[in-house]
Amino acid sequence: MATTGLAVAVEPPRRRMSPRRRARVARGIQYAVLLAAALALVLSTDWSRVGSSFFNPDAARPMLHTVPAALRNTLVYTVGAFAVGLSLGTLLALMKLSTVRPYRWIATLYIEFFRGIPALLVVVAFGYAVPVALGVRIDSVITKAALALGMVSAAYIAETLRAGIQAVPRGQVEAARSLGMSHTRTLMTVVIPQAFRIVLPPMTNEIILLTKDTSLIFLLGLTAAEYDLTKIGREALVNATGGLTGLFVAGAGYLLITIPLGLLARWLERRSGGGHRP
Amino acid sequence: MSNSPTADQSDAPVVDIRGLRKSFGEREVLRGIDLQVASGEVVCIIGPSGSGKSTLLRCVNLLEQPTAGTIRVLGTEVTDPDVDIDHVRTHVGMVFQQFNLFTHRTVLDNCTLAQRNVLKRSKAEAERIALANLTLVGLADRADAHPAQLSGGMQQRVAIARALSMDPHLMLFDEPTSALDPELVGDVLAVMRDLAEAGMTMLVVTHEMAFAREVGDRVVFMDDGQVVEIGPAEQVISSPREERTRTFLQRVVDPTHAAAARGTVAD
Repeated sequence: MATTGLAVAVEPPRRRMSPRRRARVARGIQYAVLLAAALALVLSTDWSRVGSSFFNPDAARPMLHTVPAALRNTLVYTVGAFAVGLSLGTLLALMKLSTVRPYRWIATLYIEFFRGIPALLVVVAFGYAVPVALGVRIDSVITKAALALGMVSAAYIAETLRAGIQAVPRGQVEAARSLGMSHTRTLMTVVIPQAFRIVLPPMTNEIILLTKDTSLIFLLGLTAAEYDLTKIGREALVNATGGLTGLFVAGAGYLLITIPLGLLARWLERRSGGGHRP
Repeated sequence: MSNSPTADQSDAPVVDIRGLRKSFGEREVLRGIDLQVASGEVVCIIGPSGSGKSTLLRCVNLLEQPTAGTIRVLGTEVTDPDVDIDHVRTHVGMVFQQFNLFTHRTVLDNCTLAQRNVLKRSKAEAERIALANLTLVGLADRADAHPAQLSGGMQQRVAIARALSMDPHLMLFDEPTSALDPELVGDVLAVMRDLAEAGMTMLVVTHEMAFAREVGDRVVFMDDGQVVEIGPAEQVISSPREERTRTFLQRVVDPTHAAAARGTVAD
């Protein structure tokens, strides 16, 4: 067997094209496919219909005055849910890293449960089942939304934080401890600030997902003042004649939140990694 | 000369290790160590890799938990489970092979963080002490730099300044120059030599035999979890009594011809 392998390797290559030339040809083919697909799309689409159903200014105008409030509501729901998710997620991450075994079990159970069920179920549960089952009335939609979505995102955030904390080199902890810092002090001043840098990109993802998940809270039953972006989009879809324009406006609203968020994260990442540059 | 026993300045040893054993699972890496370090003394620990020297050092400030035996540091029995080890560690500086500077903080912050958190010094006082120690290691002008902007040798000197800023009574060095490019070793050793001459009690795990001979008061040769030979630095390095010490030193001093020498030894 070994001698066969050797013989093949020693034989001069029989290919007619060099690997580099083949790569160039492959790239050329990819550009050609792209061009053909773009052409087909442009020629086969009825642009006036797309325009009138997605970008109909007449349909967009009446809903525009609702956009600022909806944008604000979506932001408030997101921030509330993230506050709950981050605090609960931090607690769960620390429980998961605890030396006390039952804490680890509880955290694992929670994470597996809330990561495994759809967020929609949790929102519905908070809207209807929880008030009945526990006999508590939560009047504020913001609180309900923050709790429901926050509990779901806590599961994801906990795992992200745990991985981030474990990625901080052991030597950092040893250095802090050998200076006489307590376990907690070390965690607060050395481990968590460094874990923050590591978890920044996955945490940005988490906030963006959370922003979009706020679209589920219409299930709680909203008054007009509590409408979020998706809700006004859906309302426009029902009421107006502009086809899907309402959805386009709602979608643009989300991008107005998520794109700056991505830019902010990139800026923070560059800044916290700034130690490497003079 | 550094050989003269500065040992008897005070009666109680700074470090007193008795019957120390340490196992990682089934593997016993320290098999009954006895070692005393007197105040102002510089003790260098040498030996082949895997002989347990680093583990021994890490047991002194309890980064490793001993399996058996007692260790007294600065008069406190650190192996006693009721002892506040954080308090003892405050007075024991440690320098690591990989520097372990806090990468998210500036050089100055590295030197003030524990001063402020643990010793509760004011910002101004902590910075004054940090800058004095950074001056001592020749890096006061880099106070605002981040660790990643410094060479390995500079980082290690900052690590020494960081430890000194806590006003330690004992310094532990765990192979402080092993991760450095050869041309950067000298600066770190010079700082350590100054420290020794200023009277600091030091326990140094090292592969720098010239340093051990010149700066060390005593040298400990360890192999296979035990102290094989211990004595005045000059004597252990230049005329070792034990065969194993001699073989090790030959390999370190002249690695290329060690294989041949080993052949002779086997005969």
